[in-house]
Amino acid sequence: MNIPQGIKFTSDHEWVVVNGNVATIGISNFAQSELGDIVFVDVDADIAELESGKTFGSIEAVKTVSDLYAPVSGKVLELNSALEDEPELVNSDPYGAGWIIKVECSNLSELDTLLSLEDYKKQIGE
Amino acid sequence: MKKTNFYSKHVELGAKIVEFAGYQMPVQYSSIIDEHKAVRNSVGIFDISHMGEVIIKGDKAFDFVQRITVNDVAKLTIGRIQYTAMCYEDGGIVDDLLVYKLNENEFLLVINASNIEKDIEWMHKNNLFGVEIINDSEDYSLIALQGPKSKKTLQKICDNSLEMEYYHFIIAKCGGKDVIISRTGYTGELGYEIYIKGSESESLEIWDALFEAGEKYKIKPIGLGARDTLRLEMGFCLYGNDIDATTNPIEAGLDWITKVKKGEFVGRDAILEIKSNGVKRKLVAIAFEGKIIPRHGYEIYNNSILIGHVTSGTMSPILEKPIAMGYVDVEYSDFDSEVFIKIRNKEISGKIVTLPFISR
Repeated sequence: MNIPQGIKFTSDHEWVVVNGNVATIGISNFAQSELGDIVFVDVDADIAELESGKTFGSIEAVKTVSDLYAPVSGKVLELNSALEDEPELVNSDPYGAGWIIKVECSNLSELDTLLSLEDYKKQIGE
Repeated sequence: MKKTNFYSKHVELGAKIVEFAGYQMPVQYSSIIDEHKAVRNSVGIFDISHMGEVIIKGDKAFDFVQRITVNDVAKLTIGRIQYTAMCYEDGGIVDDLLVYKLNENEFLLVINASNIEKDIEWMHKNNLFGVEIINDSEDYSLIALQGPKSKKTLQKICDNSLEMEYYHFIIAKCGGKDVIISRTGYTGELGYEIYIKGSESESLEIWDALFEAGEKYKIKPIGLGARDTLRLEMGFCLYGNDIDATTNPIEAGLDWITKVKKGEFVGRDAILEIKSNGVKRKLVAIAFEGKIIPRHGYEIYNNSILIGHVTSGTMSPILEKPIAMGYVDVEYSDFDSEVFIKIRNKEISGKIVTLPFISR
């Protein structure tokens, strides 16, 4: 599994990678594996802004449904349209083709409150 | 936490293990969807050793089983199986189960894992006939082999002919070991359930032999996740979800197994009353559009009227659409009625349909 440099995690299993001030957000490999077959990534319709810590949608897996929490705040730039037809990309490539949303960070200091890869691994017992 | 005789296999096969009814059981090995399709298209092997097996023995064994179950045991001959239920006096369901007639005075009752203790207690409480009630649950390993290629797979390791009708069983030899093979299952496919009373190594030998025999059909191990999606596509009830002590067999659509004319049985008076008054709600099947999955407990609406709750729901891997079962007020239970489910500020629409969800 290719894990991007500088990745940060929420304790709710979302990841974020920031380039300049553009944040790419997805869910962790652990999360996708716990959820199993993902059949729908349901980002709230018409959402224009993410607010860190607030839900912005949910992920439907065959077994269960899980809320998506924003790791950072910012204006929504793009949704991963590939997930409409292939939500299973979140299972097969959670840190790559299975990204979910991109936002323009409004407060980069929010990143400091998130978990490093090492801390996240500890949380999930890896 | 208990482990079945196949636990080491599940770990070796990379299964995700969950606790279920006190057992460490595989919920999925690769993917629920892939496992589901393997059973629909070819063959899958399930460890369902957590199920309970109870032997009822004695001169009055027939009278006892006839009294504690709702179906008519008089219709059973040796070698046949019956789907039935045990009810409380008020008509609520204690458990749904299979009854195997082993001999004139001996029956095998196969009960749900999560109900073993409760069921045994209930049987003892209702043992007016002095029958022997033997809990053999720990001694039996149980494999389900399900799918269109199940017969060809099983035949390779079994000395006896597998030509038998649905809900029949034989005592057969598998790899030199006497087992019960029944043409039963929880998937709607051609399939068999194999009861092995033996050691861990004897059980594993049969598992391995089936795996090898099914290799050319790309046999897959199937977890509890796909077991649930498979049964739900057929509309089979799951105790604890769709039926329980607060539901009666009539509203659950199990009137076809409830034989009030057979004579006295526990719950009969209540069921007669329910039948004459008519049920207030009915378990219905609902097919949905969209991609949001209705789940246990979600509210069901007709226009803006709350008419009931979802008891089971999933994404059908075959239809690729959400499907659900749930109880709704009887006046809104007609086929083709449009219903809505409210999920997280969204509404999804569905239609009450006939079972099974998938065409067979």
